[in-house]
Amino acid sequence: MSIRTIKVENLARVEGEGALFVKIKNRRVTDVQLKIFEPPRFFEAFLRGRKFGEVPDITARICGICPVAYQMSSCHAIEDAFGIKVNEPIRALRRLLYCGEWIESHTLHIYLLHAPDFLGYEDAIRMAKDHPQDVQRGLRLKKAGNDIVNLLGGREIHPINVRVGGFYKVPAKLEFAALAETLKWAREAALETVRWVASFSFPQVERDYEFVALRHPEEYPFNEGRLVSNKGLDIAVRDYDQHFIEEHVAHSNALHSAHKERGAYFVGPQARYSLNFDKLSPLAQEAARSAGLGPVCRNPFQSIIVRGVELVYACDEALRIIENIERPDKPAVDIKPRVATGYACTAAPRGILYHRYRLDEHGVILDAKIVPPTSQNQKTIENDLWQIIPASLDLPGDKLQRLCEQAIRNYDPCISCATHFLKLHMERE
Amino acid sequence: MKTGSTNTLIIGVGNLYRSDDGAGLCIASRLREFVPAGVTVLEESGEGAALLEAWKGATAVILVDAVQSGAPPGIIHRIDTQRQQIPSRFFHYSSHAFGVGEAIEMARVLHLLPPSLLLYGIEGRNFSEGIGLSEEVEHAAAAVLALALDDVRSFLAAEADQGNPADREQQ
Repeated sequence: MSIRTIKVENLARVEGEGALFVKIKNRRVTDVQLKIFEPPRFFEAFLRGRKFGEVPDITARICGICPVAYQMSSCHAIEDAFGIKVNEPIRALRRLLYCGEWIESHTLHIYLLHAPDFLGYEDAIRMAKDHPQDVQRGLRLKKAGNDIVNLLGGREIHPINVRVGGFYKVPAKLEFAALAETLKWAREAALETVRWVASFSFPQVERDYEFVALRHPEEYPFNEGRLVSNKGLDIAVRDYDQHFIEEHVAHSNALHSAHKERGAYFVGPQARYSLNFDKLSPLAQEAARSAGLGPVCRNPFQSIIVRGVELVYACDEALRIIENIERPDKPAVDIKPRVATGYACTAAPRGILYHRYRLDEHGVILDAKIVPPTSQNQKTIENDLWQIIPASLDLPGDKLQRLCEQAIRNYDPCISCATHFLKLHMERE
Repeated sequence: MKTGSTNTLIIGVGNLYRSDDGAGLCIASRLREFVPAGVTVLEESGEGAALLEAWKGATAVILVDAVQSGAPPGIIHRIDTQRQQIPSRFFHYSSHAFGVGEAIEMARVLHLLPPSLLLYGIEGRNFSEGIGLSEEVEHAAAAVLALALDDVRSFLAAEADQGNPADREQQ
């Protein structure tokens, strides 16, 4: 009997921390467990008894990388409960703010977290020694995203200008015009990013995933749409709980999401792209084609290219919005609480972010449910590893370990959204 | 955005909803009441690229964060980053993989480190979800508040001795 043991202390370059446990016995993978140690339900409990107006700012604190997503999902869910629809100018400004967050988040992941895997560096700091210009471009590109979030959100981290019904304050037209120049550079840098990452080599892995994403009849999804999949799902967001369940898994304190009938599913840029290619701007579509991508992408390692394509789209869309900018008469629409339950999914950088709130007549939260993208992807990440590891068993221990880490980073998992602490343990027996 | 007449910047880093991880933010918000006019105080989540952007153009930076390096809770680490690298795994409990330590070392590689960057790391006890600092961390936070104010005064005194660079250019 051949016995090999590999122990990996840490899974670096994944947002937050948690653990992966892999067991290999007689050249067969016998166990793959993505472990989460802390219960993720603190915020749901913390929100109970709070007034609806506090929710966007509290939930924005769940994640330092995607606070806008939390604000957007919470605002839309509460507006859904109160029967409020924001006007077109506010809707456009929300899309613009979301563009900023996608630029920040995707750039961070591509340049500082994922690219080192493909170029064979332990981390971005070592990569920067040999590729300073690429890293500088990444940092400047991320700054362009920060600038949008700063202008509309009030500051770049944990924006404070978002409220249920709209914004506290809307910047002047002139301030948006100043952003346009930055974004024109950013759009070129995003195209360069796609060319850069398309030159990497990709492990040949394809799986028949169930991709789940928002789909809107007229646009690439940010704030609204129906939940669709390539396996026949087509539902209103408010029916999410009828089709998806969160299961407690023995090895993890976090809840794993699953489709009630079909199990694991895939959310995130690759799902969004594969279900909405036709809604990308012509420039983003062209960038995808030039990078060798078809309208559907099933190789999870190519997610880095898909993020690049979405970067191009986010810059392009932000410029389109700024060109047509219309300031709303009032920064926010009027709110009148009522007894109701509201639902929303918005397109967080890492995939659909589901919020549900039950409120009383004063607008006090009675019950909250938050399902972040990472807990929806956990089963799919494990399933990828079940396929990838057997095909790579001849790799030396450290290389196999790095391949596993790279495979996990395909999903840009934000363990700090799902929960806290991640370590990787791999055993070969 | 940096305002005021000096290039001295204080950055508190952390997450208020992660118990002791909120130490840096608590100190920053208290320092805001005490620092001389012109010194900017920022509160950040600890995302590294944002930090690189935040300290751009500053000549003296004081960064305060909670750490877990294995030392007893409440221990204060003071690191002059011009002289010392950030020990590996120092920011093990940061909720962001490209965090404070990475940002400082990345800045070193790209020649983006401010002329002076002092890092105060307070050893935390409890990083679980919740609000409020442990007793040891509370005590350490009070000490760091005083130490950081001393550092600010030293920075400003040195700046005054050398004259404001902007003034010198005009002369």
